[in-house]
Amino acid sequence: MTHDQLVTLVRQSTRDVFGTMLGIELVDHEPSVGDGVPGPNTGVLALIGLAGAWAGSGTFSCSAEMAQKISGQLLMMEFSAVDADVLDAIGEITNMVLGNVKTSLEEVLGPMGLSIPTVIYGRNFTTRSVGKSNWTVVPFECLGEVVEVHICLTPSNERQRSLSAKDHASAVLTMAE
Amino acid sequence: MSLDVMIVDDSAAIRKILQRVLIQADVPIGKVVEAGDGQDALEKLKTVTVGLILSDINMPNMDGLQLLAALKSQEATKGVPVIMVTTEGSSNKVMEAVSLGAAGYVRKPFTAEQIKEKLAGII
Repeated sequence: MTHDQLVTLVRQSTRDVFGTMLGIELVDHEPSVGDGVPGPNTGVLALIGLAGAWAGSGTFSCSAEMAQKISGQLLMMEFSAVDADVLDAIGEITNMVLGNVKTSLEEVLGPMGLSIPTVIYGRNFTTRSVGKSNWTVVPFECLGEVVEVHICLTPSNERQRSLSAKDHASAVLTMAE
Repeated sequence: MSLDVMIVDDSAAIRKILQRVLIQADVPIGKVVEAGDGQDALEKLKTVTVGLILSDINMPNMDGLQLLAALKSQEATKGVPVIMVTTEGSSNKVMEAVSLGAAGYVRKPFTAEQIKEKLAGII
């Protein structure tokens, strides 16, 4: 699975979810590859684990203000703060984006598991990956700001195959804390 | 005649959206019962009766496929149509749901029109 293939899948899925569920048209920005978990250190970050013959994690991140706007579009109401409903909405958007990426990946890589999303909100947090895999970073312009989907996927060894998607997500989250 | 509906999803956002979509789809809904996972749904179905269930698959405690199997094994609920509304779009998951007795399968993201189409042959 190459960086370019992942970018294509992430773009298709993210545009589909934002277009269908939010009525928001995204503009592609230049993707990149980074080592370690790249991304912002403030705002809202949702994390999902993927497991199977290939395993890894995916994240969706945006500013707190954008999280409120996205949640408002999804639920047709206004949010003035990042509350439980906003975190839940961002978790579900992430679930849809990476769930659809997973479904496309399964056609090539075989069955995969998807963890329940974990959503983090705060300032000055740090995220680090346990492994040394490269992360594919796919940014979009959304309502005048940049939102990002990051995904890291590598072939599993036998030990990793026995781990559930939830275990993978927890591993990254533990490092983030 | 109105239809009592149960919506099973661990996301409160999706439960709200599905309620809104049912109204947009002109489904004559009556009471709406929400559940956060399969276990919660089974517990609530001990005291309420519904005519339609919309359920996610990926949920904590008891997932949607386990819930579907449990519903179809119980006399009181085996006749209730269950539509899976999920990000799980792989053919093996769809086939598993159908073999367990799902009345329909809708992939997230969804439109009101897609939900309406699935419901057309059921209610």
